Amino acid sequence: MNMDSMNYDVIVIGGGAAGLTAGIYLSRAKVKTLILNEGTIGGQMILTHEIANYPGVESISGYELANIMKKQAKSFGCDIRSNIRITSLQLDDEVKTIEVNSKDVYTAQSVIIATGGKSRTIGAPGEDLLKGKGISYCATCDGDFFQDKEIIVVGGGNSALEEAVSLTKYASKVTLVHQFDNFQAFEHAINEAKSNPKIDFVLESTITHFYGDEKLNMVDIKNLKTGAIEKRKIDGVFIFIGYVPNTEKFKGVVELNNYGEIVVDTNYETSIKGVFGAGDSIQKRYRQVTTAVADGTIAALNSIEYINKLKTETVDSF
Amino acid sequence: MLRTNLTHILTEEDFQKTINENENVMICCGRMGPMCIPVYGVMEDIEGDYKNVKFADLEFDAPHSHVIRNLPECRGFAGLPFTVYFKNGNVVKATSSIQSMEQVTSILDANFKQ
Repeated sequence: MNMDSMNYDVIVIGGGAAGLTAGIYLSRAKVKTLILNEGTIGGQMILTHEIANYPGVESISGYELANIMKKQAKSFGCDIRSNIRITSLQLDDEVKTIEVNSKDVYTAQSVIIATGGKSRTIGAPGEDLLKGKGISYCATCDGDFFQDKEIIVVGGGNSALEEAVSLTKYASKVTLVHQFDNFQAFEHAINEAKSNPKIDFVLESTITHFYGDEKLNMVDIKNLKTGAIEKRKIDGVFIFIGYVPNTEKFKGVVELNNYGEIVVDTNYETSIKGVFGAGDSIQKRYRQVTTAVADGTIAALNSIEYINKLKTETVDSF
Repeated sequence: MLRTNLTHILTEEDFQKTINENENVMICCGRMGPMCIPVYGVMEDIEGDYKNVKFADLEFDAPHSHVIRNLPECRGFAGLPFTVYFKNGNVVKATSSIQSMEQVTSILDANFKQ
């Protein structure tokens, strides 16, 4: 690779809705742009089977929408590298440096962090080992493996309650385990779950251990109020306990809040000059494809302004 | 047919031919769902780097998917996709549910030395 091919005006870290939108805006403005993405392009969009509230599109799968955005960004000249690993970052200097796969070093004048979020895991022993062998994070993907089986759904938000109801199509019994004594979901979702005769509730409790060899067969449910642990035989556990921002890499690099979200100002600029944030990884209330797209647009436009200013300052100094 | 850029295994004969005519084979059996798409994405991205491996997908709901679903190595699997690695026609590794780039490449590196 020649050196010039490694130097960009802007590097976008993350290839979800925010990152791809930033890529589209930047490349269309003839700003040399690279999107680096540690997973498969599309981010959390590809977790969505149907998006029905994206303005101008009646109904589309998240996968298709992501592919259209990717195609659009590429058509304007945006370079994209997916399934890479960012091995080091230096964002403080005027020229930002990002090392990929311990070998390729890219530079840019500005960086947009749009790394999104990922499903939160319980972190109990056995969870990693039994993923796909009784533990699932996707009801539409894996629900039909649990026909006439007894399962647990963990969580108390909209996803947990809605998926618990949808899983009653397959399971003979669904037990909803939630750490609090109330739910963080819409009233209609709570009512629907409560009125379903196949759903039982175990509140103020959490799973502390998953057991099984070839497949999950038992869990420990701990009552958080009394500390009592119940061993329960079970065929499956579906976990819907929210999302965490993908910002581990930026701890100590840019300012994060207590939830690990990137703190940005009204221009979407982080605590470092020329480094912007966008999408689900930043501190904000609503996390939708549309809000991510808006964030990506604003971060890109401010990033363009930033690099134009840098160029003007360089010319003025001569 | 799955909407990926991978080779699609469309029949049982295709499957037999693929595992018999290629020394190293990785087959991802799934749907176009959120746990499967990232694995197809990884396979598409690394296909060029692992010239010694044949990468293919197989639709989980197709009638011939029993060639993967009923493998003894997939017993106990309850999460899509089922990803199976073959060497000289024999299963060397099988995984259930979403896998990261690191997880896939570590299996490829361990079993299919280039």
